[in-house]
Amino acid sequence: MTQERPLRVFLVDDHAMFRAGVRAELGSHVDVVGEAGTVAEAISGISSLRPDVVLLDVHMPDGGGRAVIEAIRKTHPEIRFLALSVSDAVDDVIGLIRAGARGYVTKTISPEQLADAVRRVAEGDAVFSPRLAGFVLDAFARPDAPVADPELDQLTNREREVLRLLARGYAYKEIAKELYISIKTVETHVSNVLRKLQVSNRYELSRWAAHRRLV
Amino acid sequence: MTIGCVTSAPPAYRRLYRDPHDRVVAGVAAGLAEHLRAPVPVVRLVFVALLAASGFGGLLYVALWAVVPVRPDAPRRPPRRRLALQRLAYGALTLGLLILVADAGNWLPGYPFDPVVVALAAVVALGAGIIWHQADPQRRRLGRTAEADAAATAPRDEATRPLTVAAARLGVDVEPAPDRRWFFLRVTGGGLLMVVGIIGILGFFAPQDQSLAATLLGLLFAVLALAGLVVALAPVLWRMVGQLREERIARIREQERAEVAAIVHDQVLHTLALIQRHANDPSSVLRLARGQERSLRSWLYRPAASPNERFAAALEQVAGEVEDAYGITVETVVVGDADHDERVAALVAATREALVNAARHAKVSTVSLYAEVEDDRLTVFVRDRGVGFDMSTVDNDRHGIRGSIIGRMQRHDGTARIRSAPGEGTEVELSIRRGAVAATGRSDHS
Repeated sequence: MTQERPLRVFLVDDHAMFRAGVRAELGSHVDVVGEAGTVAEAISGISSLRPDVVLLDVHMPDGGGRAVIEAIRKTHPEIRFLALSVSDAVDDVIGLIRAGARGYVTKTISPEQLADAVRRVAEGDAVFSPRLAGFVLDAFARPDAPVADPELDQLTNREREVLRLLARGYAYKEIAKELYISIKTVETHVSNVLRKLQVSNRYELSRWAAHRRLV
Repeated sequence: MTIGCVTSAPPAYRRLYRDPHDRVVAGVAAGLAEHLRAPVPVVRLVFVALLAASGFGGLLYVALWAVVPVRPDAPRRPPRRRLALQRLAYGALTLGLLILVADAGNWLPGYPFDPVVVALAAVVALGAGIIWHQADPQRRRLGRTAEADAAATAPRDEATRPLTVAAARLGVDVEPAPDRRWFFLRVTGGGLLMVVGIIGILGFFAPQDQSLAATLLGLLFAVLALAGLVVALAPVLWRMVGQLREERIARIREQERAEVAAIVHDQVLHTLALIQRHANDPSSVLRLARGQERSLRSWLYRPAASPNERFAAALEQVAGEVEDAYGITVETVVVGDADHDERVAALVAATREALVNAARHAKVSTVSLYAEVEDDRLTVFVRDRGVGFDMSTVDNDRHGIRGSIIGRMQRHDGTARIRSAPGEGTEVELSIRRGAVAATGRSDHS
């Protein structure tokens, strides 16, 4: 992927050690323009630096990543968010995605994969960790719930297949090869699932969130 | 009226229990009827009839009530509401006890109580009963929500707790109270009844030369003195209750802190010490950290089931074992869950073998494990991005794949599919039909 300029990334995490680690890992792939350890710092830093992508910790004092997204999206809707977390209850992660994050990856992800995820999010696509893909399958699989809006509350067969492969640990390229579709189509499917996750009112999304955990 | 709604596995010998669900007063008659295999109405009628025998029915009822325990395995459902019948029954019971007490003079020589006194005592008891009735937790909650006045009721809440516990244990009947007004009406009415009864008794026993007015005046002073005492002691009592509550909270906090400290001390500090010792051995460090992470996580999120009961828990356990043994990371994703049975055990064992193969031969640090539970089947995928191999060159003596994976799955009516190519990693797909007893060796349709 050739880029005119490296992607500008902002890190938000309340652990300085972790920020340093990510900065070192990502340094060769992207341009880490700034970092913040608190919600207030993050909001002012992101507003003034206007990065392409914000890597956001789910759990932070003072409202966590969600507060950051909600504050920034009002003034800078073009900035994309990728949630990054070590282990969180599903409801926190889903909350972040419903607030507007374009994806969720775990902190155990390899540097190359993380850089890839950042690039994907910057281009407007979605990124699902295998565990999140599994959760979405789980939440949308139950037939027992009343379906208010089939467009939003159900997954298509193709989306289900894509999610299954994501959960099996396939990369987008491998999914495309497996399903005989283009990578772009895979990206479209995942983005559609993300949209459903953001706007669907399926009650499982909250109910399952209470029982399950990601990572 | 339903009898014997509890029909699950009768015990070796039958015991007499009260049945709080099917009760009019305290479930004595219902329990007795079930024990004797007699219709409940008949037993109730016998009790009522025995009332005539100097109130013996009432005495018997109270005695049984005190002695017979509530059915322990009774399903927790609210008692049926039969207000008219219940009022009648309470009335009959009270009447029986009154007759018993009033009549006692006939067969107890030297029995001091005049029937008039007994009647007055009954009035006092009735008043006390009405007030005591208000102490029932359910009734209070209703009253509280009606008025949304939690602050004002909190003190009474503490003060009446022993009473409410007692009421709950006795299984005193509850009827919904409409609102706070009704509550005050009852308390006032009950209090009035008590006062009238007490005055009557005092009047009865008062020396003949003193007027009733003098007696009343004395009573008034006594009440005033009592009220003064309550006012004086209330702050002290209130403070004591508050202190007790604080102490309880502190104790709970201390317990929780001790539990966290135990985890940190026994596990985390221990692991950190081991990591420092093995600082030069990355695979040991990885293994220690991963094991500790898993342990902390399962403590934080309290797994829903034991590995012997549920499919997902069993898979997670197997993944954890392989992580520990080979120092790799298994990314486990399970969609849905199923009960554990013989086939699930076979599937889990085959999964373990596939994970072990990946850990030993693929030369990768991460293996993906994905399992999906569908209505009719369980499917597991184990995938690595490792060196892979050419299926046609695998020797027949590679027991791991032939026996432990393919053979095991076939024995349990399942399938195993292995896809691998040199340099492209390996994926093992295991699938097994779900559920019904139709295991191998038995005919599916009998």
